[in-house]
Amino acid sequence: MLETVVFYLFAAVMVGSALAILLSRNIVRSAIWLLGTLGSAAGLYLLLAANFVAAIQLIVYAGGVLILIVFGVMLTSRNPHLRYEPSGREIGIAVVVALVLCAGMVAAILDGPWPQASAEQIAAQSGGVEALGRELLTTYLVPFELVSVLLLAVMIGAAYLARPEKN
Amino acid sequence: MLAIGLTHYLVLSALVFCIGVVVITVKRNAIGILIGAELILNAANINFVACGRYGAGGLDGQIAAAFVIVLAAAEAAIALAIFLNFYNLHATVDVDHGDALRG
Repeated sequence: MLETVVFYLFAAVMVGSALAILLSRNIVRSAIWLLGTLGSAAGLYLLLAANFVAAIQLIVYAGGVLILIVFGVMLTSRNPHLRYEPSGREIGIAVVVALVLCAGMVAAILDGPWPQASAEQIAAQSGGVEALGRELLTTYLVPFELVSVLLLAVMIGAAYLARPEKN
Repeated sequence: MLAIGLTHYLVLSALVFCIGVVVITVKRNAIGILIGAELILNAANINFVACGRYGAGGLDGQIAAAFVIVLAAAEAAIALAIFLNFYNLHATVDVDHGDALRG
């Protein structure tokens, strides 16, 4: 029962702040509303017993990416209240496309039988980080190392791209 | 309806995904488009974790979600570096001004 209430709470916050991102015209407000979406996603991960993912969601997304985005907003607008308005036709097309997409996806989700683990299997899953860490360094060692190389490349690439112009 | 299952999470993530698509399409501000992309990545991540929980995949879903979070952070860093360059060139981040390659 509690799980149901908490799920609907987080789901409402998530969809609500996603809509607020869409509807707010000020980009700074959009960035702040993104915090609601990211935070409620972390709550949903906790509800799904994915403690580690919830933690890195909060640390990397809410703590890192969001700050990065706010910095980006501050660095790229002399006037933070400057607005970029799409035309009504663009909005209409986008909303129709998204509604069709959404209807199709929801119909497919409700239609298909989904593989369902038994209640014992779900209960047997621990939220602990130990098993996850072991998997990362055994089964997923190659992608793990690849990601670390990628992060190095991203660090160099971002510093190179954002460097000040000579002269 | 009361017991929360995989379907609930899938529908929620479909909704967030579609809102993300509209954000990407409608926003002119390049950073708004980046925010829409983050929404879409989050929707995908919820699917990964929920399928890992309710399916028989074990920890695979959580590990995929962790990789997605890392890649999203990398993508945000590169995207902001590109936007800074764009801003230096055009003095705006309105993506409609990025038409230098138009034929």
